[in-house]
Amino acid sequence: MNSISIRDLSLKFGEATVLDQLNLDVAEGEFLVLLGASGCGKSTLLNCIAGLLDLSEGQIIINGTNVTWAEPKDRGIGMVFQSYALYPQMTVRGNLTFGLKNAKVPREDIEHRVNRAAQMLQIEPLLNRKPGQLSGGQRQRVAIGRALVRDVDVFLFDEPLSNLDAKLRAELRVELKRLHQKLRNTMIYVTHDQVEAMTLADRIAIMRDGVIQQLADPFTIYNQPVNKYVASFIGSPAMNFLDGAYGIDEQPSFTSNNLDIALGRYNFKTRAEDNRPIYLGIRPEHVHVGNAAQEQPFNSDISVEVVEPMGSDTLVWTSLDNQPFHFRMDGQATVNVGDRLPIGFDPVKASLFDKTSELRL
Amino acid sequence: MTVESYEITRAKPSKSSAKEPSGAKPLRRINPTRIMLYSVLLVAAVYYLLPLYVMMMTSLKGLPEIRLGNIFAPPMEVTFAPWAKAWDTACTGLYCEGLKVGFWNSVRITIPSVIMSITIASVNGYALSNWKFKGSEVFFTILIFGSFIPYQVMLYPLVIVTRELGIFGSLQGVIFIHTIFGMPILTLLFRNYFAALPEELFKAARVDGAGFWGIFLKVLVPMSAPIFVVAVILQVTGIWNDFLFGVIFAGVKNFPMTVQLNNIVNTTQGVKEYNVNMAATLLTGAVPLAVYFFSGRFFVRGVAAGAVKG
Repeated sequence: MNSISIRDLSLKFGEATVLDQLNLDVAEGEFLVLLGASGCGKSTLLNCIAGLLDLSEGQIIINGTNVTWAEPKDRGIGMVFQSYALYPQMTVRGNLTFGLKNAKVPREDIEHRVNRAAQMLQIEPLLNRKPGQLSGGQRQRVAIGRALVRDVDVFLFDEPLSNLDAKLRAELRVELKRLHQKLRNTMIYVTHDQVEAMTLADRIAIMRDGVIQQLADPFTIYNQPVNKYVASFIGSPAMNFLDGAYGIDEQPSFTSNNLDIALGRYNFKTRAEDNRPIYLGIRPEHVHVGNAAQEQPFNSDISVEVVEPMGSDTLVWTSLDNQPFHFRMDGQATVNVGDRLPIGFDPVKASLFDKTSELRL
Repeated sequence: MTVESYEITRAKPSKSSAKEPSGAKPLRRINPTRIMLYSVLLVAAVYYLLPLYVMMMTSLKGLPEIRLGNIFAPPMEVTFAPWAKAWDTACTGLYCEGLKVGFWNSVRITIPSVIMSITIASVNGYALSNWKFKGSEVFFTILIFGSFIPYQVMLYPLVIVTRELGIFGSLQGVIFIHTIFGMPILTLLFRNYFAALPEELFKAARVDGAGFWGIFLKVLVPMSAPIFVVAVILQVTGIWNDFLFGVIFAGVKNFPMTVQLNNIVNTTQGVKEYNVNMAATLLTGAVPLAVYFFSGRFFVRGVAAGAVKG
């Protein structure tokens, strides 16, 4: 059964259409990440699901009930916000119990739920403090706790880790994943951070201008992006795009000025006509260097322009056929500017995009 | 048991010590710019304080001493009789019961007016910033427009309105008028304050199932002390110092302190009792001054700490 179904959802602010005819089904217990650049409508969609924004058109069904016009409290959701949004004048306990008191939950029950949530999030020693006395990480735990005590089926997260520093973010990310594995609730998580999306999600929905570009599991998104936008959004460092044309003499190939890459076993979704302008996208981590390069179906040699050592690996910036190109090397490799290196890759791992529609071939 | 005494020897600060900050320390010098600045400030302060000083001194003198004409001289013989007379027995028109009647009238007018106007305006501001409805912006603009229209223009229509409501010339009448005239500026004040509070707090409270009043009373009001203090100061001073609405809408029995002060000072019969007039004026001005002095420090307090990323 679907936990959440969104049918033809549209949202307009005056003349501006923020979300247009959006459909989305989230399975029970699924961790769905809404990923996109700022202003793509992902938070807006989350607010619609929460009932904090009124829709212009469409329906929202949560757990089989049509909640399109229901109040946020009646939707069976808990929500965690980017800025924590804790009530500053209440203690942590007050923050956790506020919703339960509003819902007239019996006192013993409140006590029990607060203790359970506090234990799960390790915030028991903080229960009598005010939010102002807590660190950022502690505040966000309390905010998660506030959603937890509501005993709901669906959790909504609106960029919950964005305000934390990098180390805390990584810690809480793992903790969230652990929490999901334990509770098995449906979770919808909005972020612009692709690492959070890849690590947490069962499925990722990549959004742009209020439209879902691709909805798939992280591996599919990474390996078979449906269009150039998705390909460039996912992956760090970003995918290389070579500008050229599709050729079909004896076998399919990618050609630009001095390049002729036989596409061999590339898994085509659609066939393009001869000479159609296309992009060939290849991820920096799929480029092989040195001896391994010789074994790849395509190989060439380049001269190193910029070297960025990162410890775990080294990023090398160069150009291939006068087009900017970068790839990843082992962190221990010693490369100097000006070195000539043999490189190679397998076109099976590449992604081809039509130049006008930017859709995957 | 012997009490040992210690000679505390302290190392004399040596100029070459590496731990101490070194280098030439700029001397705090009084330069011409500073002298100019301070003298201008001093002149301005004297200019504004001198009348207060004269009033204070005059109110403590007896009439014969005042007639000597040395208005800046401190009293040779300090007397509090003018203060007592101003409070208790000075004639305000027909009655000779002093300012105390006016004082209590002003209290009876100010307290309910302040409470009512702030209560209504805070709810207005909250609704206009958090529960926007179709046309709420237009409504707000019209309301603000009200604060730019001179009061005098609306006097006659308001007299008719209050007469029709049967509250003209009564305490309720003048409270009603003060509440209405407080609305534009107070609504603006509260709306802007609530609009500046983090929006996610409001959303969180909605998810937590708090309704219109629940969010207002349990979440927003507790973190809005500064703006309430500002509103109270604004309203107490404004309503206490009001003359026009008091004289028109309150009715003779309920004349506020300012109206009675005017009646004392502007009596044309008999001897001008300057000392009593000064004492009466100081008494009337005491309340807003006290309010300002005691609540000024609340102005700067930030209460939203900890609500959002800190």
